[in-house]
Amino acid sequence: MQFPILSFIVFTPIVAAILIFLIPEDRKNEVRVAALAAASFALVLSIWVYFAYDIQAGGYQFVEQVSWIPALGISYKVGLDGMNAPLVLLTGVVMFTGVLISWGIDDRPREFFTFLFILATGVFGVFVSLDLFMLFFFYEIAVFPMYLLIAIWGWKETREYAAMKLTLYLFVGSVIALVGALAMYFTAGLGTFDMLELEKAGFSREFQILWFPFVFIGFGVLGGIFPFHNWSPDGHVAAPTAVSMFHAGVLMKLGAFAALRVGLMLLPEGAKFHMGWIILLTLVNVVYGAFIASVQTDFKYVIGFSSVSHMGLVLMGFATLTKQGFIGSGIQMFSHGVMTALFFAVVGMVYDQAHTREIPKLGGFRKVMPIVAVCFIIGGLVSMGMPGFSGFIAEFPIFMGVWSSYPLIAIIAAISIVITASYIIRVVGRVFYGQMPQEFEGHVHDVTVLDKIALLFLSFILVALGVFPGWMVPLVESGVEQILRLLGGA
Amino acid sequence: MNFITDHLLSIILFSPLVAAAILLFLPEQQEKLIKWVSFVFSLVPFGFSLALWFLFDKNATGFQFVEQYVWYAAINSSYHVGVDGIALSMVLLTTLLTPLAILASFSIQHNIKSYMILFFLLELGMLGVFLALDLLIFFVFWEFGLVPMYFLINQWGSEKGEREIWGGIKVPARTYASFKFMIYTMAGSLGLLLAIQMIGVVAGTFDIPTLFERWTRLDKPLFGLDISTVKAIAFWAFTIAFAIKVPVWPFHTWLPDAHTEAPTAGSMILAGVLLKLGAFGFLRLVLPLYPMEAQRYAPALAFLAVMAIIFGAFASFGQSDFKRLVAYSSVNHMGFVVLGIAAAAYAMGGENATIALNGAVLQMFNHGLSAAGMFFLVGVIYERTHTRDLNEYGGLFPLVPVYGGILIFTSMASLGLPGLNGFISEFLVVRGSWPIFTLFTALAMIGLLFTGAYILKGIKQVLHGPLNEKWVGHLTEINEREIFVIAPLMVLMLWIGVWPAWILDVINRAVLALLS
Amino acid sequence: MSGSVFNVTMFLAILPELWIFVLASLVLILDLVLPKEQHRVLGWITAVGLILGILISLLVAVPSEQAQFVWGDLIRFDRLGFVFKILFMFGAAMTALFSSNLEKLGQRGDFYVLMLVSTLGMCLMASAADVIMLYLAIETTSIPLYVLAGFYKEDNKSTEAGFKYLLFGAMTSAIMLFGFSYLFGLTGTTNLYALVNQVVQHQLSPFVLYGVLAFILVGFAFKISAFPLHFWAPDVYSGAPTPIAGYLSTASKAAGFAVLVRVLWVGFPEIQPYWVYVMTGVSIATMTIGNLLALAQKDIKRLLAYSSISHAGYVLIGFVAVSELGATSVIFYLIVYLLTNLAAFGTVAVFEKTSGSSEIASFAGLSRRSPWLAMMMLVSFLSLAGMPPFGGFVIKFSVFAAAVQRGLIGLAVIGVLNSIVGLYYYLTVLKVIYLYRSEEEQVAVPIPQASKVALAVLCIGIIVMGVIAAPWFDIGALGARALW
Repeated sequence: MQFPILSFIVFTPIVAAILIFLIPEDRKNEVRVAALAAASFALVLSIWVYFAYDIQAGGYQFVEQVSWIPALGISYKVGLDGMNAPLVLLTGVVMFTGVLISWGIDDRPREFFTFLFILATGVFGVFVSLDLFMLFFFYEIAVFPMYLLIAIWGWKETREYAAMKLTLYLFVGSVIALVGALAMYFTAGLGTFDMLELEKAGFSREFQILWFPFVFIGFGVLGGIFPFHNWSPDGHVAAPTAVSMFHAGVLMKLGAFAALRVGLMLLPEGAKFHMGWIILLTLVNVVYGAFIASVQTDFKYVIGFSSVSHMGLVLMGFATLTKQGFIGSGIQMFSHGVMTALFFAVVGMVYDQAHTREIPKLGGFRKVMPIVAVCFIIGGLVSMGMPGFSGFIAEFPIFMGVWSSYPLIAIIAAISIVITASYIIRVVGRVFYGQMPQEFEGHVHDVTVLDKIALLFLSFILVALGVFPGWMVPLVESGVEQILRLLGGA
Repeated sequence: MNFITDHLLSIILFSPLVAAAILLFLPEQQEKLIKWVSFVFSLVPFGFSLALWFLFDKNATGFQFVEQYVWYAAINSSYHVGVDGIALSMVLLTTLLTPLAILASFSIQHNIKSYMILFFLLELGMLGVFLALDLLIFFVFWEFGLVPMYFLINQWGSEKGEREIWGGIKVPARTYASFKFMIYTMAGSLGLLLAIQMIGVVAGTFDIPTLFERWTRLDKPLFGLDISTVKAIAFWAFTIAFAIKVPVWPFHTWLPDAHTEAPTAGSMILAGVLLKLGAFGFLRLVLPLYPMEAQRYAPALAFLAVMAIIFGAFASFGQSDFKRLVAYSSVNHMGFVVLGIAAAAYAMGGENATIALNGAVLQMFNHGLSAAGMFFLVGVIYERTHTRDLNEYGGLFPLVPVYGGILIFTSMASLGLPGLNGFISEFLVVRGSWPIFTLFTALAMIGLLFTGAYILKGIKQVLHGPLNEKWVGHLTEINEREIFVIAPLMVLMLWIGVWPAWILDVINRAVLALLS
Repeated sequence: MSGSVFNVTMFLAILPELWIFVLASLVLILDLVLPKEQHRVLGWITAVGLILGILISLLVAVPSEQAQFVWGDLIRFDRLGFVFKILFMFGAAMTALFSSNLEKLGQRGDFYVLMLVSTLGMCLMASAADVIMLYLAIETTSIPLYVLAGFYKEDNKSTEAGFKYLLFGAMTSAIMLFGFSYLFGLTGTTNLYALVNQVVQHQLSPFVLYGVLAFILVGFAFKISAFPLHFWAPDVYSGAPTPIAGYLSTASKAAGFAVLVRVLWVGFPEIQPYWVYVMTGVSIATMTIGNLLALAQKDIKRLLAYSSISHAGYVLIGFVAVSELGATSVIFYLIVYLLTNLAAFGTVAVFEKTSGSSEIASFAGLSRRSPWLAMMMLVSFLSLAGMPPFGGFVIKFSVFAAAVQRGLIGLAVIGVLNSIVGLYYYLTVLKVIYLYRSEEEQVAVPIPQASKVALAVLCIGIIVMGVIAAPWFDIGALGARALW
């Protein structure tokens, strides 16, 4: 029996959550240290497992299987392949940096970290699940802490509304997908929720065509697919910084990933049938999201809508059903996760100092927080798909994929690049450069060392991936091969 | 030693990055240290380029010093670099101008560290474009170069001036200019990006030498369109991207703004090297990849080039801002480059084409020298007078005789005075184009006439005429550092003007290969 | 089917009932003997006694896979009944613990005796194989509950609750009895398992059976608080002592379902399509109405009442699937639901004792006053909402699975949409607990020892059932297989 590394990764956060909750309430520093220790541990494990994956061998590795409800054929089965390995790493990264920049939370940090870590367990769980039921199980675990985190520690103006909206949207999406999953289970008649078995079930074409939209769109809601995206900017804006990071950085990937794993991989024929119109939805995401982002005046809404736009690219890559598209989407999920975590971290830091997020009221922050400015610019360059940064590595193949299936859409989608560039430049110019308003002079200070570490760490990843895509691309490629086999074979 | 010769291009390419990394760890306050470290490190790529120049085999065809490593295997893109004669001259120009520009920037007041780091990144981007033999790598560096330039203009540009944007909001001129620069070029590269993606999908590779074979031989319909239509669209996507960068009329409007607002060294590099990227794109990609389309649309391109020459000259003549005058002169001069390229594309081989293309490449080099020199000299006087308004100057020759001499010398090179470099290249272009596009070339002569006019106007307004009394006692002579900046440029201008063979030899081989 | 000779099986079959009877007698005696100030210990005695009873039953009285009829075929000694009996005893034990520290409740021996008697009745309900036995058992259950609901004599609301419960209970059970009598008249048997054959033999018109069944269903619907006989629940729950409300909403409801499953599935397979139709409609109406009305509640006990109505609707989803998976999911659902809802009412009881209010708004700031109590409410409410890793998720999943398996996708979708509505109001409560501040934030909410134990057991149980679901699911399957 090999070391159950994936289970360790999945359950480290929740065990930590329980332990943290046992710490007395007033020992806030101990709580923080414990959280950081747990997050570091999870990060190290996820880095280790990422690099321990044997690309040559391919397929699912580190597979663990424990029977869970034998009567229904449910088992706790986890495994790592080329598609989810980067996402596990991403979650580790976001969790680690999220804890770092949440150091300053003073209202019930114990509860905060407890919920945050429950969320982390859910996220890790979804990524590595190879069992359909377990996927839902962890998926829901990821949803409810979100509500509390946003409602309790969020932005006072909109937190209650946004938290509820987000939770209900996600819940609706997931339960609709759940019904589809149950239909798959019973139609397959294999008596198992094991996705590797279900892949071979050979569903009839009619069945796939009927159920694919439910499953894909159901999960797509969490991926922010148009027209079900508008929970996401509200949620992002209302959430506390670390939660926004998790939310945009990881949770949205959860939707996209589940749509891929359950929708595309189990119902490939359905995917082929429906992708023609789904790609149009994603096109709206990409262009409309970018456009809306460009007219926002709230710093956080800009980033929130940019996430909608970028997640649209992920789904668009899936919708091309081509190798390049999948590879690009796989990398985009990672790249966007890190980038948007960086963005939200920066927004949070600016807001903490300025107590406003209205872009016209900000200015000149570079002078007091130079490193934050540099990191934000790096994130911005990633966002606009600037070569040399990870965004380019991710978006380029997506566009290639779109070219080979829908050339016209590639051309239209490309408009978003210019729009993105324009709003990123505007934000950078307004917030970090220019004249600092009078009222901030002397009141705004640089961020803490921990914050800087977090930002630099994220920036480093973005640049490293942009310059040397070799440490991620072959891995993703090996995962994509599996998907293509399913698409080709069905 | 083998290692160095085997990886010479990579060393040249990435030594600016190393320099930037070293600067990153120097303390912000040690401004002097930062300046000198930057200067010394900027000489490193120059030294290696010189080595490259002498190790380069002038008689061999094809790309030399080729290196190729896996980069993005999933989409068949690799880190593939190599030089031919054209790229070699451009590399030399870049690595030569960078130390000079850094030296010229010693007068920068604030944030010198970030400034220098950005400058090295800019050099990295430019060198990358010249060296790349992979379409994707080409694009990577092409786009990457924008970022440092944006910040150089945005942060260290001239502090005066406001521009009204839509909605009646007033923004600083440098913000406006940098934004325009960025969006214009990004929008331009959008078509390029899409076309590159399309080529990648169709051909399955991004390797430029391979594409020369594969892409040109495609004859199956694509996307339900005729192959020639697809190629024509892709051709224009490439052409517009490069035309914006050159810039060719009517895509030039970003340039005067960007030039005017950029810091002196930024303008030097912008005019000296960045504009060459566009022309280089024509040579490296458009001509070999789209010979048929290039031939078909060459007259249109030539027409635009002539318009650039004429309007550039007229516009330049009409300026009262010294820097804007020089900026429009770039439009004018780069028009000749494009004219030469268009002529060569139209003729597709033959002696005239070879001459025209040789002239175009040499003009690229020459304009790099003279435009950098001119911008530098504008910067020198601006630093002392804090104005660029030509009407504010007047009769300065007696006050600054050395500066005046240098300005006249450089202006003459720009004007195309025989014996100096500009003459050689413009003559070659005109000589080559005349039999091919007689009418266009004839029209271009009008532009040439006005070139003389605006340059003389500039000299007159600055140096001659009645002395503007307020500068007496305030205007100091050009100092040693500044002379040190301009001297190498002047030497080269003279040298090429007198004996151009040493550089034409290198260029010619590549031109012949290109036209075969 | 022989029960003429006394044998060990006969006593084993009613061992839990006997044990409860003895325990009730013991409590009654101790009530007289013990000094007033030590009456609190009665709760512990009841609880420990019940737990002991569970252990003993598990050790010696587990029925074999082959069901046996005993006591003149009045009782069927099978695993279905056994599972429910254990469940009821457990629920009663927890309720005793919650009650033990409430002044007017836990200090009175008669309270425990009544509760035990009622539990005894439930146990009989679960294993009754004969309508006469069934009716007796139902009455044995109900009558003490009427009293318990109105236990706070000086409290008008409580009295009203007891009275209301009595009125409706008496009326519906009369109608049910009417139905039973028809059944006997038409078939000549009172035995549920003999019923099928008789129906076939007498070639009874299905329309007659429809009518009979309709009468009987009235009684059952009241017990499980299904639409349209659900309206008593909010009034009674909010008036009754909180632990009793919890007991009513869990054990009593589970007993109702145990009877419903057995009577309909075993007794009326002939007209299955008919009652499947009816019950599908009832299911949809019950969960929808329960959830929608819950949205508007300001009192947490009323909210929980409506939520428990909606849960009856969810259980009915599994019920109308009429399959082994369906039966399993029903039993499994009831097991987890019992723990969850008891925990929910238990936390409310603890809070109510300190604050004296069950308004939702009065829960503001609870997480600052008592983080642990808040966390337990979080666990129970999220489990009610059907969120993993709590048991509530798995049970919802299993009833929906049962429906989808039978092709009832529409029903499953309605259930799913309902659970979204449910999520909304559960989260609203949690929001009050965690988000809002109150002026009494400095006042801690102490958790009495007995409640602490009970809540810990329940919450851990909820999580364990959610995380390690297989054994509990298998228990449900055991019960389900014993049905036929």
